Amino acid sequence: MEKKDFHIVAETGIHARPATLLVQTASKFNSDINLEYKGKSVNLKSIMGVMSLGVGQGADVVISAEGADEKDAIEAIAETMTKEGLSE
Amino acid sequence: MTDILKGIAASDGVAVAKAYLLVQPDLTFSKVDVEDVEHEISRLQGALAKATEELQVIRNKAAENLGEEEAQVFDAHLMVLSDPELIGAIEGNIKDNKVNAESGLKEVTDMFIGMFEAMEDNPYMQERAADIKDVTKRVLSHLLGVKLPNPSLINEEVVVVAHDLTPSDTAQLDRRYVKAFVTDIGGRTSHSAIMARSLEIPAVVGTKEITAKAAEGDIIAVNGIEGDVFVHPTEEQIADTKRQGQEFADLKAEWDKLKDAPSVTKDGKHFELVANIGTPKDLEGVRNNGGEGIGLYRTEFLYMDSPDFPTEEAQFEAYKAVLEGMSGKPVVVRTMDIGGDKELPYLPLPEEMNPFLGYRAIRVCLDQDAMFRTQLRALLRSSVYGSLRIMFPMIATLQEFREAKAMLEEEKAKLVKEGVKVADDIQVGIMIEIPAAAVLADQFAKEVDFFSVGTNDLIQYTMAADRMNERVSYLYQPYNPSILRLLKHVIDSAHKEGKWAGMCGEMAGDQIAVPLLVGLGLDEFSMSATSILKTRSLMKRLDSEKMAELSQKALYECTTADEVVALVKEYTK
Repeated sequence: MEKKDFHIVAETGIHARPATLLVQTASKFNSDINLEYKGKSVNLKSIMGVMSLGVGQGADVVISAEGADEKDAIEAIAETMTKEGLSE
Repeated sequence: MTDILKGIAASDGVAVAKAYLLVQPDLTFSKVDVEDVEHEISRLQGALAKATEELQVIRNKAAENLGEEEAQVFDAHLMVLSDPELIGAIEGNIKDNKVNAESGLKEVTDMFIGMFEAMEDNPYMQERAADIKDVTKRVLSHLLGVKLPNPSLINEEVVVVAHDLTPSDTAQLDRRYVKAFVTDIGGRTSHSAIMARSLEIPAVVGTKEITAKAAEGDIIAVNGIEGDVFVHPTEEQIADTKRQGQEFADLKAEWDKLKDAPSVTKDGKHFELVANIGTPKDLEGVRNNGGEGIGLYRTEFLYMDSPDFPTEEAQFEAYKAVLEGMSGKPVVVRTMDIGGDKELPYLPLPEEMNPFLGYRAIRVCLDQDAMFRTQLRALLRSSVYGSLRIMFPMIATLQEFREAKAMLEEEKAKLVKEGVKVADDIQVGIMIEIPAAAVLADQFAKEVDFFSVGTNDLIQYTMAADRMNERVSYLYQPYNPSILRLLKHVIDSAHKEGKWAGMCGEMAGDQIAVPLLVGLGLDEFSMSATSILKTRSLMKRLDSEKMAELSQKALYECTTADEVVALVKEYTK
């Protein structure tokens, strides 16, 4: 299993358009990918799941991936995070 | 049996084709307990697959017709359709509670919709709730085996039948297939009618009962010139409709010859025929129809099409494009006219009892002047690229005009100080749409450079009749002698001070009104680009002296709008 911590800096948190892009990125991989926040874990391939967490600015989240392409998945997600200004 | 319906002729041309009903189907269902849950799940899967397929077609059409940005909303819909959590929850609900797919779907999506709608401080999430609603409807329609129509799914020649058409419906109509449209409600100035004219799709609106009379696939003959609609027409009615269509096409070919001709009456008096536009994209239509300038550039589209206030730079680029595109011909730009029925998501305005009598247009601009000054700066900077005229909307008092003009002068002085070039010959005028300004036009004329009458609002304010309200639509009377007298006062007041008077409402291109307006000496007529050549052709047949006599009689001898219409017909026979 591959894991990575992110500190959310975006003013709107993981709410606006970047959330959609994050889900799109995750959906490209076969691995099971989860987003964990405040002890709750949701499927990162689900826009409903991600948005229902209400991740705001300043939140610390953990993203984990498990499967054959777990390394690539985490890398791609980290790239989207930086590119969309969600995390530094 | 043939049903004959009379509506308002909203866009010229005729068509005979099958009806395509763009009406919301009945999506009610009952909750049923089932034994075979696997069957329900496979029904759900099937409906999801069909909905996905349809949405992809809609998405691609939207990208083609409206651009990638508009298509993104459907990407969001597709994402909801393939959401593993959502589908998992629906399948779980069907399995655990042994219910039919319809009920399993609706219960779960309602829960998500409720959750997102509750996030009141987050408009983005509320939009997602709307996405889920849309998607649920589409999947439900497939489960129930009913058609959920969408303009993008039309792939054969049809007449679109609807209660009303939203702006996004109209924008998606494909001219190759949609030969005409007919609606229950609406008038000549409703959004769908204006769009129909700019797309050149024949249309009849306000038939009151077309959706009740026409069924899917019924043959319909539409005459957008006369406002007649025939459901199940006879051979004779079809032939008659087609003949009128041909006559109209011949007439149109005649008009096209006037593209580069001057707009003069039979006795050689010149009038300016210019166009109303919403975006720089509309310029092509103006040039194709021989417009002599722009009489109304509605800048609010810049604001409505933008997720936040458009920057000075973005506005500057748009104004410059229009000015350059008209190569030195006059361009009247109306400053932001938000409020009334036009809202901006990023400019929250308080809910009002009477938005048309409330906080809108110049009233907002003078109050929130930072936003207004940005627009003025962009306009001033663009002024060196053509012949710019700035127009303030909804002016009621001279104080308002003076205040707006002072802000313009201040911004100009600042720009000049910054070393930016600004034209010296910018005319500054007002829209006449509030009766108070019309009545005091003689005083206004001393301070403004021009007037442009916005007839849609002037008529609704003078008659105290909401033009969106069907029940009082009979009071929308452009030919009422009271309106004509107001117009005369406005035009005479302008001329007395050596200024010009124009008109940018629908009335300026109205074939009954034009003879009267020529008689009153209106200088500039601004209309939908597609009305220009027709009006130029009409003007050529009018004698200005005779029309002056006509308008004199209409104003002081006629007592009702009907009498005026009869008189105009007599004079223009």
